[in-house]
Amino acid sequence: MRRVRAEVLNAKRVGAYHSITIVAPEVAERVRPGQFVSVAMPEGRTFLLRRHFSIHQASRRGGWAGTLEFVFDPRGPGSSWLAEVKAHQFLDVIGPLGKAFAYPAKLTTCLLVAEGHGSAPMYFLGQELRARGKRVDMLVGAETQELVFKPIEAKRLAQTIVITTEDGSLGETGGVIDVLPQVVESTGAQVIYAATGRQTLRRISEFCAERRIPSQVAVEEEMACGIGLCFTCTVPVIRKDGSGYDNLRACIDGPVFNPARILWDRWMGEEPRMVATPPEGFPVVKTWPG
Amino acid sequence: MRSNLGVDLHGLRFPQPVLSASGCLATGHDVPALVDLRKLGGVVTRSLTFGPSKGWATPRSAETPSGLLTAVGLQNPGALAFVDEDLPRLVKAGVPVVASVAGASLGEYVNVASTVHLKPGVVALEVCVSCPDDERAGEPFYARPERLTEIVGAVARLSRVPVFAKLPPLLPGLVETAQACVRAGAFGLTLIDAVPALAVDSQRLRTRTATPVGGLSGPAIKPVALAAVYQVSRALPDVPVMGVGGIATGEDAVEFLLAGAWAVQVGTALLVDPSVHVEIAEGIMRYLKEKGFASPDEMRGRVRVRDAKIGSP
Repeated sequence: MRRVRAEVLNAKRVGAYHSITIVAPEVAERVRPGQFVSVAMPEGRTFLLRRHFSIHQASRRGGWAGTLEFVFDPRGPGSSWLAEVKAHQFLDVIGPLGKAFAYPAKLTTCLLVAEGHGSAPMYFLGQELRARGKRVDMLVGAETQELVFKPIEAKRLAQTIVITTEDGSLGETGGVIDVLPQVVESTGAQVIYAATGRQTLRRISEFCAERRIPSQVAVEEEMACGIGLCFTCTVPVIRKDGSGYDNLRACIDGPVFNPARILWDRWMGEEPRMVATPPEGFPVVKTWPG
Repeated sequence: MRSNLGVDLHGLRFPQPVLSASGCLATGHDVPALVDLRKLGGVVTRSLTFGPSKGWATPRSAETPSGLLTAVGLQNPGALAFVDEDLPRLVKAGVPVVASVAGASLGEYVNVASTVHLKPGVVALEVCVSCPDDERAGEPFYARPERLTEIVGAVARLSRVPVFAKLPPLLPGLVETAQACVRAGAFGLTLIDAVPALAVDSQRLRTRTATPVGGLSGPAIKPVALAAVYQVSRALPDVPVMGVGGIATGEDAVEFLLAGAWAVQVGTALLVDPSVHVEIAEGIMRYLKEKGFASPDEMRGRVRVRDAKIGSP
């Protein structure tokens, strides 16, 4: 984890989203897919907290060496300020933060599922998986065609890509969860990675548990500090030995978790079940393959 | 003149007057290297319960104008694990530790305090009275002054190190309650605890945190905290007061010292800028030199009441 004063190399609109590329070699050479950076907001504003963004691209070699790119939805205080940032301005950046996605050692067919700007880190992950000789397929969803993040790049990266939109303006009509079984069937996915809202993540998790497909999910939770100090971004996760659960900080122990170990009921604020041990038949995928 | 940042609270000495506030530096476990602990006057830990505590459901935080609303609950590893695992790390870093004591009953406060007060490195205790009282159906301990002083008194009687009572600002009769805490044995006061607050999401017609009413911190509460420090330190000039609430700059800290604080704590600002305590200490030092004070103790409570304009048309 480093704190750097990073120069903005490029700031641009990408469809409905906004992308910023910064020069931060100390961070770029360490960062792995699923990790994030935190960006300080300017002083003298009514919003105080740093904003947290997962990494869309990190370049270690070539003409863009030492840069990294993050993508965000420019609505809301903070991100709307950030959307006005121009090249050559400087940002106060801390990173890389959090735990990254793990790569499977033996299994080779990986399906990447994401919705909205949750897709951003999946491109970085897809490249790293490809570089390790894995097959990458993508399932990308959004509300409308405009909100599908970089569909053309996805086509270049993935063996196959399926797009879903809620209004049917592009690809299949519906959400990613509606077509997930068919996509898994047709691609023969052995591993699933997902980054989307809690509701969908939960259903993906249930699907993976049922089919016994190892999976990893990147969660989103309200995060105040991003560096493990404040304990606001916790997720209830079952202990490895099954002896109960702990509220783990998404910024330190996540944002990537094994969904089979997340206590979804408790996390979603539904009737909390006081579980000392996982309920009987609870499909805990104990170890990550390989 | 040589200025010195050290402060002396009736024999309780801190190398500089800026401590970290409770809840904003975990319990000392896995504090990122970005936070230079040696530059802090002291660390006030997350509030400790006797056994481990999981805290409340998420979302636990909401950003509000110039503030941060948090409703974390008392998630912490418990006093026993703190003493075994976290405290040694803080001691190794060479920073004085103020252990924040919490509980759900009088018995738990006593158990926590007796677990931590004699441990090497613990220079003081701070009693958090904002937690729900199991013996009174979850009503916070501060809701009744006699219950509050009962808790503070019990901890103060057993502790061999100085005990600070951390009070929220909205008590009926803050000054009287502060006086009662001192009569019960408190060595000093920490003013103020987070302000009870609510954030509402009007689009979804629901509260923004899972536990509706949380505690507001950050610059939004600074004037409230200053008033509490001013009033209590005027009434109790010999009682050490630690000022806390929205301090983010050296100037903020100076305002608290002038209003009567003996030392200050920084919380929310540390979440945003992990090296803010260094800048605050530098800012205090600049002010000392500029105004010719030898130490923060010398400027304590030096704020004058502004002259009233009389006879304006």
